[in-house]
Amino acid sequence: MSLNWFKYASPASFYPLAGKLIPWFGWSAALLALVGLYIGLVVAPTDFQQGDAYRIIFIHVPAAWMSMFLYVVMAAWSALALGFNTRLSAMMAQAIAPTGALMTFIALWSGAFWGRPTWGTYWAWDARMTSELILLFLYFGVIALRHAIDDPRRADRACGVLTLTGVVNVPIIYFSVQWWNTLHQGSSVSLTKAPSMAAIMLTGMLIMSLAAWFYAIAASLARVRVVIIERERGAAWIGGLTEVRNA
Amino acid sequence: MSTFFAMNGYGFYVWSAYGAAALVLAIELFALRSRRKSALEEARLTVPEDAGNPAEGSV
Repeated sequence: MSLNWFKYASPASFYPLAGKLIPWFGWSAALLALVGLYIGLVVAPTDFQQGDAYRIIFIHVPAAWMSMFLYVVMAAWSALALGFNTRLSAMMAQAIAPTGALMTFIALWSGAFWGRPTWGTYWAWDARMTSELILLFLYFGVIALRHAIDDPRRADRACGVLTLTGVVNVPIIYFSVQWWNTLHQGSSVSLTKAPSMAAIMLTGMLIMSLAAWFYAIAASLARVRVVIIERERGAAWIGGLTEVRNA
Repeated sequence: MSTFFAMNGYGFYVWSAYGAAALVLAIELFALRSRRKSALEEARLTVPEDAGNPAEGSV
């Protein structure tokens, strides 16, 4: 086997591969979201304590999970880019940031509209919510820093350092409900104990999480293709692309 | 159908959450599409480097 994994570390060979993967992840995400929404909004019964307000869980938890997970993935790509000076890794980190910010926004917004009917307030400065808000500002900071530096390779390094510094916030978000006395509840789902929710609700939530995951992959791959075109334009292979010649 | 949208009195909260999520997803996809369009146009207008440029295959 002489499969060369490093082949796909080159933007020129990753660009067409990403193009082939996007429809698979995109359509899987759409299908899963349809099934998940059907289960979450129609099949799952009304909660006996929270009424139908609990249905916000089907977007809130997947978005919150993805907001943290995407940050860790972005940090891993940043570490690779800083350590090995690989362009594509930095481009991947750059491509993930806006989708990560979007997931964080959805988590915060849906949380506010869930908090109001159940806790009586849209917002509280408790550890979970505050650290999640800091995550949103970290995403914004990375995106803003990128725009502030003209040389993309210097921007890669600066954004990489900022991203890696901010990764300390992710375990703080995750464990905040254990470390501090928060208004936000503890986790309903964990790897170590049985989930404290009905099976059909859990099923809907996991399907929506998978949908969010596939959506994030599709959106990041689509964005990394745009980033590649923006940063590699002038290269002969970019000029040869059908979509460039027909633009 | 209207009972579905009423969500037993929680309709405002449930649909504010779901509506905003749908809206920002739509905005992201739209922004991605227009960014791709302008990137492709700009790439077409950029004069290619000399033959034998090292971009292809380099990491």
